[in-house]
Amino acid sequence: MFGRNKLFWKGARRGFISSLPFYIVMVPFGALFGLLATEAGLNVLQVMGFSFAVLAGAAQITAVTLMEENAPTIIILATSLAVNLRMGMYSAALVPLIGKAKLWQRVLASYWIFDQSYAVTALEHNKNPNLTLDERLGVFFGVAIPVSSLWYVGTYLGAVVGNQIPAELGLEFAVPVTFLALVAPLLRSIPHLLAAFTSVVFTLLFADFPFSSGLLVAGLMALGVGYLSEVWLEKYRSKEGV
Amino acid sequence: MSHSDLYIWMIIAGLSLGSFAIRFSFLGLIGDRQLPKPLERALGYTSVAILPGIAMPMVLSSSSGELEPIRLIAALLTLLVGAWTRSLLYSLLAGILSYSLLISIV
Repeated sequence: MFGRNKLFWKGARRGFISSLPFYIVMVPFGALFGLLATEAGLNVLQVMGFSFAVLAGAAQITAVTLMEENAPTIIILATSLAVNLRMGMYSAALVPLIGKAKLWQRVLASYWIFDQSYAVTALEHNKNPNLTLDERLGVFFGVAIPVSSLWYVGTYLGAVVGNQIPAELGLEFAVPVTFLALVAPLLRSIPHLLAAFTSVVFTLLFADFPFSSGLLVAGLMALGVGYLSEVWLEKYRSKEGV
Repeated sequence: MSHSDLYIWMIIAGLSLGSFAIRFSFLGLIGDRQLPKPLERALGYTSVAILPGIAMPMVLSSSSGELEPIRLIAALLTLLVGAWTRSLLYSLLAGILSYSLLISIV
């Protein structure tokens, strides 16, 4: 697919290595979904179909939970897709990073947009802004393909082996820690700190918003806070001459 | 619950199409056209605007329903070590190891 493009493979190695820490949580997290989906009455083929076609842990778990509760179809679809709306923000944030890629590459990348694939690509770009387009594409797919493969494997194990693997094992805390580790290296500037703080405070305040929209509203506010504080800081620094 | 096979596949198809449409929205349709500069700069904060909002409520809530100080301490160490070393791996290790250590001694 990318043949002998050296820069792509250099990026892919980078992405692969950076995302190794996630490998420990993907299989048990996938197994948790496989287990829940099986309990909700889905057969193995359907469980796998879910993971291949939707590829979004939280949205998939939301969907099968609602299916088991016999929620109306429209509620199942709307609630689960609302959980996925943050992927729209990742899609926009990826435009400056890989928007110049060919259309078929962007179609493939779109399928593989999820928290880790976006966040690691953004983190690598933040650490090294001189990466070329091919290297950034390499990083993205170098994270996305192996990590999603483990998600499929975990799903299958959860559906087939089911109760015999302790799906909850350590996950309750490991999942939030992986998300914190993705942003921690970015928390070295005032705008980034303020944006993260805004995100946490307002997500907690908006916890009761319908369709879990609180996360998204808080996220948009945090983008604004990050941008505005960056602009103010720039003005302040140029005035002070520092 | 007793949904028909067809119904389940329809849900999967609906979610799959919807998710792809969301993911393709900007990257696919805007492509290499330039975003407005302010928007592009704001989008640079996407990671810090979303991921802490997902993670911290999970840290603060637990199965027992009570705030567990150990989780809070481990989360803070994850952030501090990550910010200090700029390494995802060290950050994650700090979180997992401090959590395991604190759980075992308390």
